[in-house]
Amino acid sequence: MESVFLSPESWTAVFLSLRVSLVATLLSLPLAIWVAHLLARGRFRGKQVLNALVHLPLVLPPVVTGYLLLLTYGRRAPIGQFLEHSFGFVLAFRWTGAALAAAVMAFPLMVRAIRIAIETVDPKLEEAAATLGASRWFTFRHVTLPLIFPGVIAGSVLGWAKAMGEFGATITFVSNIPGQTQTVPSAIYAALQVPGRESEVLKLVLISVVLAVGALLVSEWLVRRRRKKVDAA
Amino acid sequence: MTLNVAITTVLKGFDLDVNFAAERGVTAIFGASGAGKTTVINAVAGLHRPDQGTITLDNDTFFAADRGINVPVADRRLGYVFQDHRLFPNMTVAQNLSFAKKARGLRQDGQHHSAVLEILGIAPLLGRYPTDLSGGEKQRVAIGRALLSQPKVLLLDEPLASLDHARRLEILPYLERLRDHSDLPILYVSHSVSEVARLANQVVLLDRGRQIQVGPVTEVFSDLDAAQFLGRDDHGAVLFAKVVATHADGVTEVQSSGGRLFVNQTVSSANKRIRLRIRAQDVMLSLSRPEGLSALNVLPCVIADIRSEAKNSVLVQLACGPDRLLSRITERSRQHLNLQIGMPIFAVLKTVSMAQEAIGFQAG
Repeated sequence: MESVFLSPESWTAVFLSLRVSLVATLLSLPLAIWVAHLLARGRFRGKQVLNALVHLPLVLPPVVTGYLLLLTYGRRAPIGQFLEHSFGFVLAFRWTGAALAAAVMAFPLMVRAIRIAIETVDPKLEEAAATLGASRWFTFRHVTLPLIFPGVIAGSVLGWAKAMGEFGATITFVSNIPGQTQTVPSAIYAALQVPGRESEVLKLVLISVVLAVGALLVSEWLVRRRRKKVDAA
Repeated sequence: MTLNVAITTVLKGFDLDVNFAAERGVTAIFGASGAGKTTVINAVAGLHRPDQGTITLDNDTFFAADRGINVPVADRRLGYVFQDHRLFPNMTVAQNLSFAKKARGLRQDGQHHSAVLEILGIAPLLGRYPTDLSGGEKQRVAIGRALLSQPKVLLLDEPLASLDHARRLEILPYLERLRDHSDLPILYVSHSVSEVARLANQVVLLDRGRQIQVGPVTEVFSDLDAAQFLGRDDHGAVLFAKVVATHADGVTEVQSSGGRLFVNQTVSSANKRIRLRIRAQDVMLSLSRPEGLSALNVLPCVIADIRSEAKNSVLVQLACGPDRLLSRITERSRQHLNLQIGMPIFAVLKTVSMAQEAIGFQAG
């Protein structure tokens, strides 16, 4: 009789996916907040160009994004070579590359959610903070950021879910190496290629569903706990 | 502390051009909606950059167009109370109040802190969030927040405009105390004659960006030129008086420099200085001291000026001692009495004509 538990290889894929998606989300979150703030509040030339650039991974076929990553961050590509020679840091065919691919794909979703949240904050509150002697950073840290907290959580969960599910750009950029770059979607895809592994596929699908629903519940709880304290006027 | 404002700036449809100095006490920036009042205090705050001119506070230059000086908002050390309170919704009242202290790294002045809480009556609200406050409470907290930033100038932009009548009456006494107990220059933007009459020491009268007149509230509100820019029902002089006695029938006897007056309201403390607003339509004129009249207040005056108005009426400026009064009569009455400038005349004021909100307290 077949075990009801996941095979060790599948567990590896689950843990790798968690690591890749969490690293991708957490490392790109500050940048996403900064870019969202620039797009929401900034007045500068080239704002539309930045906007288009951020949204590019959302509209490009993921395979194209993955190939572009390979062209820039591959071991023979300019940035890839620079990183390897200067810091010994390799992205291609490593889990770090999977994290980069996931981050790039999740970035537009995070920026969108956070930008919308920033746009709902009345700039007059930031003006009031300035009259009270607050620097821009102090105002952002103590006024804007707490007010956009639900949006930041929503953007993070959305970005994390995208990173968990990212397949096309990942498999193009870092391939599908078990234990190295094989995330849950890649593992499901690989298992589907082999006859007789349908039950393994089902288990991975089940785990994916549980993780996704769990993340939604946690984010709801975080936002609600905050709201109890602050009901934005 | 003297705040000097001399700026010009192009606004939609007209140019704003003002030049005045504000000392300790309330300087009201007064005019109809769209006269450019808020732009004036936004320029002082640094939220609006004028095209030309200078803004200085004693030896500090906030703005000087020709020298390219424009000090950032956060460095000007001023307290700004907005029309729409603008409390931070994510912070309690206590956190809102200490925001400036944290932002500027100020040292806690416990005495000042508790004095502000006391004068505004906001100590019981400290643990609450802005959403749990009434409109009047929010505005009091906003005033407290501005005061606790240890400002050198206080700017108030129609702080009562968003409140109903009852809430206004609740806040006005706090503003009066603020005026009388602080050394700050206070710029107070308003289009309400009754608020300005009650609070202002000095008035800057604006009309479509043009500065019509600057002067003490008693002078501006009794000026016939300034009167053209006020609504007909708003015409009326402001007088200062001192409480002499409170009578058992609820009438308070006060002494103005023009003579004794009876106010149909109980003001408890004797010797208290109050200000009265006497509307032009409530002042009748008589060539001789009237006898057998129900009105209690009769002041001997001299006609200082006469101005014809629309609708066959005339506005008469009276000098009653050093005080000035305005009176509106018909053209027919004027001809009938043959009123001329320089004539002695008696002004007859009905006690009931002094509405409650027209009486303000004044320390000193």
